[in-house]
Amino acid sequence: MKSDGFQPKIVAFCCHYCAYSSADLAGSMRIQYPPNVRIIRTPCTGRLETEYFMKAFENGADGVLVAGCLEGGCHFVEGNLCAKRRVDYTRDMLAEIGLEKDRIRMVNISAAMARPLADTITDMVETVRKLGPSPLKKKNLVKLESRT
Amino acid sequence: MIVAQRKTIPDLLAIVEKHRKLLVLGCGTCVTVCLAGGQREVSIIASALRMAAKLKGLPLEVEEATIERQCDNVFLEQAADTIKNHDAVLSLGCGAGVQALAERYTGKPVYAGLDTAFIGILEERGVWAEKCAACGACVLHQYGGICPVTRCAKHMLNGPCSGSTEDHCEVDTARPCAWQLIYKRLKEIGQLDQLKKTKPPKNWRPSLAGGCRTIIREDHRV
Repeated sequence: MKSDGFQPKIVAFCCHYCAYSSADLAGSMRIQYPPNVRIIRTPCTGRLETEYFMKAFENGADGVLVAGCLEGGCHFVEGNLCAKRRVDYTRDMLAEIGLEKDRIRMVNISAAMARPLADTITDMVETVRKLGPSPLKKKNLVKLESRT
Repeated sequence: MIVAQRKTIPDLLAIVEKHRKLLVLGCGTCVTVCLAGGQREVSIIASALRMAAKLKGLPLEVEEATIERQCDNVFLEQAADTIKNHDAVLSLGCGAGVQALAERYTGKPVYAGLDTAFIGILEERGVWAEKCAACGACVLHQYGGICPVTRCAKHMLNGPCSGSTEDHCEVDTARPCAWQLIYKRLKEIGQLDQLKKTKPPKNWRPSLAGGCRTIIREDHRV
């Protein structure tokens, strides 16, 4: 029932050297993927900090997708491995907050993997759709009786 | 540097949930370097608290600030106006910073957001290790610069305990035996004769034996 009519808003941090290029390639190849993702191009996923993911959730994202190069193929040697650890840290942080860990995911995509990127995005959208809207977006979460 | 780590978000929320307007205050010195309480961690923890509070239905407003050094009154003054506008302060400084804040702003609740752990160094990326127990009577000159008080699990001062296996401590096999390190180091610098001297029992009075310690420098007092 959660998924009825719900269109998740997903922030996708895509590495310039791989996932962003593969999204570009997907466009050239006329491969379609759900329009639920808002792609943010980053110079490397290693540039991403935990605070970026937190701010995304705080500002209304239902999910966050971090797409870096294949392991061993990072343009900056190990930026994607750093990102993976930060995503893992963020997953634990989300659990502490009371949000589902699966709202954030790290994937590895090369610049030639247009179809896998589209499949990954579709899968992420379906995962988040099953989880439902971010509970942070519910109105009137603050108890009225405690406002006084 | 002083090394600390953050408390969990549920623990922090339980501490601050009775307040409406909270300031998360970071420190730009030791805890920034050990990635526990600098500007970035303030941002992360403040975000987490805002989200956790919202999910629990708590009317908690969380704002962020970071000053250069919480254990120094000169820098604490810089946060005076910001602190005045909040009900309480969650300090991401070390235990000294939290207490300096509480002493300076007497009418304001100040809470510790971190667990201050030890005096140590960054051994490798993401790994901090304790190096000094602040015992108040340093013996490093006798042991080639490797502290048996801190790094030997049994604080042995006159040689190893004989429990080590392949250079590793029997208390924690992942840790090197401090006495093995001391021997190697003294051999390298040609001071093995240091080990021939029997050390008397250590004087622990300069440590925490009489409660908290104070150092007074008359030449610097005004």
